[in-house]
Amino acid sequence: MSLLADPRWGEALAHLPDYLGNHVRVSLAALALGLVVSLPLAILTRNRPAPRGMLLAFASIVQTVPGLAMLALFYPLLLAAASVTLAWFGVSFSAFGFLPAMLALALYSMLPVLRNGITGLNGIDPALIEAAKGVGMTARQSLLMVELPLALPVMMAGIRTAAVWVIGTATLSTPIGQTSLGNYIFAGLQTQNWVLVLFGCLASALLALAVDQLLGLVERGLRHRNRLRAALGCFGIAALVAATLVPAMGRSSQGYVVGAKTFAEQYVLSALLKDRLQAAGLSATVRSGLGSSVIFEALKAGDIDLYVDYSGTLWANQLHRADIRPRTELLAELKTALARDKITLLGELGFENAYALVMPGQRADSLGIRTIADLAAHAPSMSIAGDYEFFSRPEWAALQKAYGLSFRAQRQMQPDFMYAAIASGEVDVIAGYTSDGLIAKYDLTTLDDPRQAIPPYDAILLLAPQRAGDERLQAALKPLLGKIGIATMREANLRASGNDANSSPDAVAKWLWETANRR
Amino acid sequence: MPAKLAISYRHVVKCFGRLKAVDDVSLDIAEGEFMVIVGGSGSGKTTLLRLANRLIEADGGNITVEGDNVSNVDPVALRRRIGYVFQSGGLFPHLSVADNIGITPKLLGMPTANISARVDELLELVQLDRAAHRDRLPEALSGGQRQRVGVARALAARPRIVLMDEPFGALDPLTRDTLGDDYRSLHRKLGLTSVMITHDMTEAILLADRIAVMRAGKLLAQGTPKELTKSGDAYVMELLRTPRRQVERLNALLPESGCA
Repeated sequence: MSLLADPRWGEALAHLPDYLGNHVRVSLAALALGLVVSLPLAILTRNRPAPRGMLLAFASIVQTVPGLAMLALFYPLLLAAASVTLAWFGVSFSAFGFLPAMLALALYSMLPVLRNGITGLNGIDPALIEAAKGVGMTARQSLLMVELPLALPVMMAGIRTAAVWVIGTATLSTPIGQTSLGNYIFAGLQTQNWVLVLFGCLASALLALAVDQLLGLVERGLRHRNRLRAALGCFGIAALVAATLVPAMGRSSQGYVVGAKTFAEQYVLSALLKDRLQAAGLSATVRSGLGSSVIFEALKAGDIDLYVDYSGTLWANQLHRADIRPRTELLAELKTALARDKITLLGELGFENAYALVMPGQRADSLGIRTIADLAAHAPSMSIAGDYEFFSRPEWAALQKAYGLSFRAQRQMQPDFMYAAIASGEVDVIAGYTSDGLIAKYDLTTLDDPRQAIPPYDAILLLAPQRAGDERLQAALKPLLGKIGIATMREANLRASGNDANSSPDAVAKWLWETANRR
Repeated sequence: MPAKLAISYRHVVKCFGRLKAVDDVSLDIAEGEFMVIVGGSGSGKTTLLRLANRLIEADGGNITVEGDNVSNVDPVALRRRIGYVFQSGGLFPHLSVADNIGITPKLLGMPTANISARVDELLELVQLDRAAHRDRLPEALSGGQRQRVGVARALAARPRIVLMDEPFGALDPLTRDTLGDDYRSLHRKLGLTSVMITHDMTEAILLADRIAVMRAGKLLAQGTPKELTKSGDAYVMELLRTPRRQVERLNALLPESGCA
């Protein structure tokens, strides 16, 4: 009962019209597009083995691409396409959110529709197709009156599979900026809010079941030539879409859009930014759970208005620099470089969230390890864990080069699990973050970097090109600059990783603002 | 021949790859005639039948149906004016008996009410109970009933010519016998021209006005059953001897009144 009484259910419920609506729209649009492409292809290739084989092979290959990767791939693809259309036709489109998500999901829906469509059409007794000809049907009549009705159960099974896949995979479209039920799951995973994760999973499962049942109703209606049933099923799907359009239309202007990447600190900071804007009488919404490479492009393209990034991240990923500069020099150079993209670097928040090699304090003491240079001698017998991007980042290459580091094993983990893994002794060293509250909680120690292999990672506030001259916005944000120290941020992050009602990003953001003003 | 020709094949050739399925066949079928084409599997008899309504296109020669060269007629229109009974029915499993029977009239654009009346008429013609069978799906019918529906469907658009592809081959002997007789009387009653193919010479002799014998794509002989007995061809003679031999053996095995 205590689980059901948790106030966070109510909080989750408040987002449902928005998340569910977006989820339904993107999945059904993708499914519709998938059907419009796949069904004619299945029909056209039914008597042509060579193109049929190629088509199925293509669809199978598409299916082997993991959902997250597929969605992420569409973002740069569309970005490139948008710049081409801008150069050639003078029109551009947003490569953010709905479009890449819908296209990737549509591609995903193709395999079951194609395979079942082709199987269904080819499985028909050739004698019946001959009979259709024999009684005087044209090829078109044979298709509509005999082949399609006979293939219908198999085809519909494919469409239903596709619907369930698409609705499930749509939860992964959050990182490319498409709001979906995945927002619950990503936010919940990052802030260790299992109520949210559960809520998101349940909601998308129920949605998948509902759509599957409605399609089943359409199928039975068509099969038994029961118009009422078929109409009822179609009506149900139409009603679902209509219901999700209502809240979307009611919320015409969403004001400033604050972006957030996929980790707890970003959820807290975006909530803080939103609060500050609202306190200044500006309307603001948060787009959270954006992929780290997507968020910068989204700012550049004006799809979001502001977000917090880290100087070292942009230094390496956007400027492609591997050299290390003192922090003020690096910041100045970064500011100039960003200005070339018309992005405003408003200033630093006051803390740094750098990568740091982290070990349990006691173990480090007993081995006499204080710096990364000390660690190098022990590394060959140790294992290291990092987040998904760490080992492919220039910092890791720089660390290896500067200290001659070579570990027995490397593992990639979800950041929040990394700390649990080192606390339980499953790994010996982790590549943690200096602002992480768990460093204190688990009694871990960060190793010094005497050779300065890791660049500075000051948290910096970035504004989109269209906000460069926005005085009201900048006035609302300026009080934040230099206000948040590392100790405050660590504690805020620790609070956010809790699993209770006070650990929601909104609650932590309020605490953070109050605390920052007190200190 | 004084009667008008329903179907006429002139030096017709059809090849599948290197195989000559129909090899220079000329055959006339008069209006009102019941022609049965007899041959083993691979003899080309089915191909010859399907050339008439262009389910298969000829490679050479001429085919006319009721005086029209079939290659000048739209194949779809041609098939709608010729009835076709398929091996083991060929009924559409997702359509009711009534919808199966009414399909060609529907394709021809006949009003629904007329189709419905026509279906009732045909059910009566092929001796199926209207109430019991009209709305059933083909899977709920026996083999014989399915073939009656198949015949009704072929007759629905009032064709003057009916082609039949081994229509009774898969049925048990009793049903087969009854169905054959029933069709024969329909043929007469409606003044149809019927072309049926079978591998069974006994069935051919019992039903046909005239018989054509095919082997390896060639037409070996044609004529009334009596005329066939004068054919010099060894294969034809062998085909004709088989039923007679069977009768003699049956007579020996079963006393005259044994079945009564």
